[in-house]
Amino acid sequence: MALQRVVATPEALNVIELLKKEYGELVFNQSGGCCDGTAPMCYEKKDFHVPSRNVKLGEVGGCEFFIDPDQFEYFRYCQIILDVKEEKSAFGNSFSLEIDEGYQFITLSRLLQSDE
Amino acid sequence: MVYSKPVYQSQYENFIGGEWIAPINGEYFDNLSPVDGELLTKIPRSSTADVDAAVTAAKKAFESYKHFSVIQRSDMLNKIADKIEANLEFLAISETLDNGKAVRETLAADLPLVVDHFRYFAAVIRSEAGSVADLDENTISQEIYEPLGVVAQIIPWNFPLLMAAWKIAPALAAGNCVVIKPASATPLSILLLMETIQEVLPKGVVNVINGAGGKIGKHLSTHPDIKKVGFTGETTTGQLIMQYATENIIPSTLELGGKSPNIFFPSVMAQDDDFLDKAIEGLVLFAFNSGEVCTCPSRALIHESIYEPFMKRVLERVKAISQENPLDASTKMGAQASLNQKEKILEYIRIGKEEGAQCLIGGEAYENKTYPKGNYIQPTIFKGHNKMRIFQEEIFGPVLCVTTFKDEAEALSIANDTIYGLGSGVWSRDMHEVHRMSRGIEAGRVWVNCYHLYPSHASFGGYKKSGIGRETHMMMLNAYRHTKNILTSFTQKPLGFF
Repeated sequence: MALQRVVATPEALNVIELLKKEYGELVFNQSGGCCDGTAPMCYEKKDFHVPSRNVKLGEVGGCEFFIDPDQFEYFRYCQIILDVKEEKSAFGNSFSLEIDEGYQFITLSRLLQSDE
Repeated sequence: MVYSKPVYQSQYENFIGGEWIAPINGEYFDNLSPVDGELLTKIPRSSTADVDAAVTAAKKAFESYKHFSVIQRSDMLNKIADKIEANLEFLAISETLDNGKAVRETLAADLPLVVDHFRYFAAVIRSEAGSVADLDENTISQEIYEPLGVVAQIIPWNFPLLMAAWKIAPALAAGNCVVIKPASATPLSILLLMETIQEVLPKGVVNVINGAGGKIGKHLSTHPDIKKVGFTGETTTGQLIMQYATENIIPSTLELGGKSPNIFFPSVMAQDDDFLDKAIEGLVLFAFNSGEVCTCPSRALIHESIYEPFMKRVLERVKAISQENPLDASTKMGAQASLNQKEKILEYIRIGKEEGAQCLIGGEAYENKTYPKGNYIQPTIFKGHNKMRIFQEEIFGPVLCVTTFKDEAEALSIANDTIYGLGSGVWSRDMHEVHRMSRGIEAGRVWVNCYHLYPSHASFGGYKKSGIGRETHMMMLNAYRHTKNILTSFTQKPLGFF
């Protein structure tokens, strides 16, 4: 079986479908840094120019998922599991689209095994 | 002393054109306190039409505000500072309830720094000047400063009031009008700040619009009447804001976090004196603001020769960090700002354990008996190496990663092995060592024999992926204004070209 660097939970896939209905094609980019850092950002595909040297980890719900090449060095041995939390009160200050709908995408991870 | 919870309105509105205006769509969201998980109030869930109203109000205000003299602007900033100072305790308690941080921090750090920031910019604009060059006996060149116009400022949730002050004060001092979007996790304290200062604020000079960033953030950042965007937050939204800024060819200032090294050389332990005590505290400052600081000293680099005795003292100090009630002035560390943030920190603690880092203290959620629904984490220290994810990714919680080094070259190499470059600390009694390290570290701020000091008159900002531009210090004024050159010839004779 091919190496899967990113997968999504059924709950995350449901929110992706919800957002697609409103915004059309989407793209994910793993963020870093302050506040809501180290969370996946979900933007309209036509809206966000993915930095040309970012690494594509895979696709979730038909949406490409990217990461900064420097950050990839530390995610290289992990599989990202895209999940979602219902967050009716405390969103962050990012521009990720799900927040306005009362959700927040999160990245869980697990170490890849040697046979992967 | 335990402070009691003030009574708030059951619902707040946006602050537009000096009035409290309900969102056009009539929608609100719950604002829960991370202290106890209870409802604080309801906050507008604004739409793009509300953004347009705020920008229009700011643009209208700018038509008169741009004519305010330096004296008028300075007086206004001083009056703002006085109003905040007169309501300091109420705002500090509210900041604690909104963000979760311990009230001793908001009383002693956040609010006094907010007050000082307005006074600092009130003062510096009275004493600075443009410049005149006497190019030749008949030609004078004047460099004159003019405000940009209406600027958008997107505030993070870790220091809602202080980060708002860092952005509002220089923008107003330079003559701009602003549209603020608070973080939707912590909207209340900024609205209370507006209530506090609205009497001394000309209508429309500061406008506050609430809601999640996805829709209104884009509309605000791409609005043709917005002349600059200031943002503090994570890297990808920072990139998106830079991309938006290309649409109208405007500048942006971005502060995007860090993974700051705090470096302890052997001479720290040469004597058992006040300085050693200060250095121990300097390491334990990772727990300041519950670790939710862009400059959190989240990587401690300790010389191998002092590691054991130094860490022994450090762990005793960490054990003394009291949690429980953030509204109790004796509580040393408060709550995390949201349930999501708490869960993210716990996920990193899990990752650290999975990576093989050694947990020296903490490593779990804190079970708060007073507020079981609040978001609490035990101060946590891991020992590991700099290639681990917990050493490379910003956790934004009270989680410290410790490693050792054998010499100065290795310390510098580890310190700079990060994609960020915001804060750093160097602790030593050897001034030559301190100087070499200070110059070698790739970061916008090097604290030498201190940490987490934020004076107004010291610049703050990042190298590498920590962002672009500076905040604080009077140099910040130039981030919020144009330079106009007026080149005047006093000769009556033509050039003779045509």
